[in-house]
Amino acid sequence: MSIPPPGGVVGAIGTVSGNDNNPGNAARRKFLAEVLRTAGGVGLMAMGVGLFARQSSALPATAIRPPGALTEGDFLGACIRCGLCVRDCPYDTLRLAQPGEAVPPGTPYFVAREVACEMCEDIPCVAACPSGALQQSLKKIDDARMGLAVVIDQENCIAFQGLRCEVCFNICPVRGKAITLEYEHNKRSGKHARFIPVVHSDACTGCGKCEKACILEEAAIKVLPVHLAKGELGHHYRLGWKEKQRAGKALVSPDLPHQYNLPKDLDYDLQGEGLMRREGDHEVPYSGNPLDTLNRRGKL
Amino acid sequence: MNVLERDAGAEAVRVKGWLGANRWLILRRGTQLGLLLLFLAGPWFGIWIVKGNLASSLTLDTLPLTDPLLLLQELFAGQWPTTTAFIGAGIVLAFYLLVGGRVYCSWVCPVNLVSDTAEWLRRRLGLRGGAKFPRATRYWLLGAVLLLALTTGTLAWEWINPVSMVFRGLVFGMGLAWAMVAAIFLFELLVSRRGWCSHLCPVGAFYSVLGRGALLRVGAARREACDDCLDCFVVCPEQQVIRPALKGADQGIGPVILSGNCTNCGRCIDVCARDVFSFTTRFNNHQPVVGHDDKKSEVLP
Repeated sequence: MSIPPPGGVVGAIGTVSGNDNNPGNAARRKFLAEVLRTAGGVGLMAMGVGLFARQSSALPATAIRPPGALTEGDFLGACIRCGLCVRDCPYDTLRLAQPGEAVPPGTPYFVAREVACEMCEDIPCVAACPSGALQQSLKKIDDARMGLAVVIDQENCIAFQGLRCEVCFNICPVRGKAITLEYEHNKRSGKHARFIPVVHSDACTGCGKCEKACILEEAAIKVLPVHLAKGELGHHYRLGWKEKQRAGKALVSPDLPHQYNLPKDLDYDLQGEGLMRREGDHEVPYSGNPLDTLNRRGKL
Repeated sequence: MNVLERDAGAEAVRVKGWLGANRWLILRRGTQLGLLLLFLAGPWFGIWIVKGNLASSLTLDTLPLTDPLLLLQELFAGQWPTTTAFIGAGIVLAFYLLVGGRVYCSWVCPVNLVSDTAEWLRRRLGLRGGAKFPRATRYWLLGAVLLLALTTGTLAWEWINPVSMVFRGLVFGMGLAWAMVAAIFLFELLVSRRGWCSHLCPVGAFYSVLGRGALLRVGAARREACDDCLDCFVVCPEQQVIRPALKGADQGIGPVILSGNCTNCGRCIDVCARDVFSFTTRFNNHQPVVGHDDKKSEVLP
């Protein structure tokens, strides 16, 4: 058996002329048909890939991107799935999604309830990223916004039952800023306080340590993607008191001094002081001794 | 000529010995597995020589390497990588321009093992025929990959790219990537001979384009010694690249395989009992003056 010389195949095509008298036309037609077939097949496959990629782009709410990650849409265009951030994470918090998981394959994420971000000061995961998917501009880890913690289940959070817990408050790396405890009256007991954890989005980095540490079977505080966690005020809204502060004066009709029907010599401060005695008048309308009030006759 | 394709290389083993007839194959498998081991030494034994995967890696905390096709996709998706990534991609491009573009395919890519196994089994079982795709399909797919990045703004191809998926899987955890391995194996075994690696894979297409200018090449320097046994054709994953160099003397074609599709796997060198092939550079493409034919003394670019 011998091997046909190069060019032999082209010659063969030229002889297949079919109905057409011009062999060049037939060759051209065959070539075009093949090009169209290939283009069609490839086009179909590309459409399939594109649809699949789009369908499986949604990030599960529990999957948190590393610090400094671009917004999810941009992230999926930038992350080249190399895993260098995963390798440089000293606490093995980050992992690469495997095919078959709900997270786009090869992209880094962590699940706060399993391992939370330790918020390294030198942010090694960001330093390791060659693709720019983790922004090098992030220099202070406190500026990271991986997500936002939300006290999502107030029915089961034991602080809302009036019990002392405060684990999320105490474990928070931005302690006292990202989560504060607000004291409230405990209506159930009537005499105790409730220490309610409140998350502040201006300080919460979304590291997930609160979710990890929550003592419940299923955490009552969870880190969510910021776009899920936060509401947004209608853009036409103006908060009067802020506008007033900014302008230095009321922008609508001037505030009238509020009229209270108070006992003589008493005044009321709306913004903090509460009931006040008027300056320079020390006469008390009622006695400090409750018995005097009880024994008072015919005066009320 | 061997009657059966499964016997390809048998004569070479007789003439050169088993080692001599499998030299490049052994080197190639060693490189493929060695590279994998380099990446796995960290997670397995705590010896951190190389971090990352083929998409982008850092060797000894100094040498950055980045897959140029991934970088290209990222640019098409409208994102801007770091300078390190550009340097890494530059080094990779320079390397493959030196050693041959599709050296990536035959010496690095883990899917090559799957493809070679399927092809080996195909020959053992005497499976023939199957679906045929034009070999140019891969370039169309390469275009589609970049177009997808442009239109979706994401690296859409990376959702299913078997090349990156399998290597990443081996280093970071396979998940369902095994299904991809099985799919390619069965596709190449039962549906289309070398269907993925030599016809469809856009990653291979990218390195084919690169290979068109690559320095290191396989050449049929002793092509006059060829006895038409066809063993090289049987084992070659890109059979079409051999003919011009091996049989083109009469057309004034030089003996070096200049096609970017050649993977520089060196298997033809191995299986040739007459040592027709050898590694050379693309500039070594002049025809040796043999016999009395004037045409054969032509120096070709």
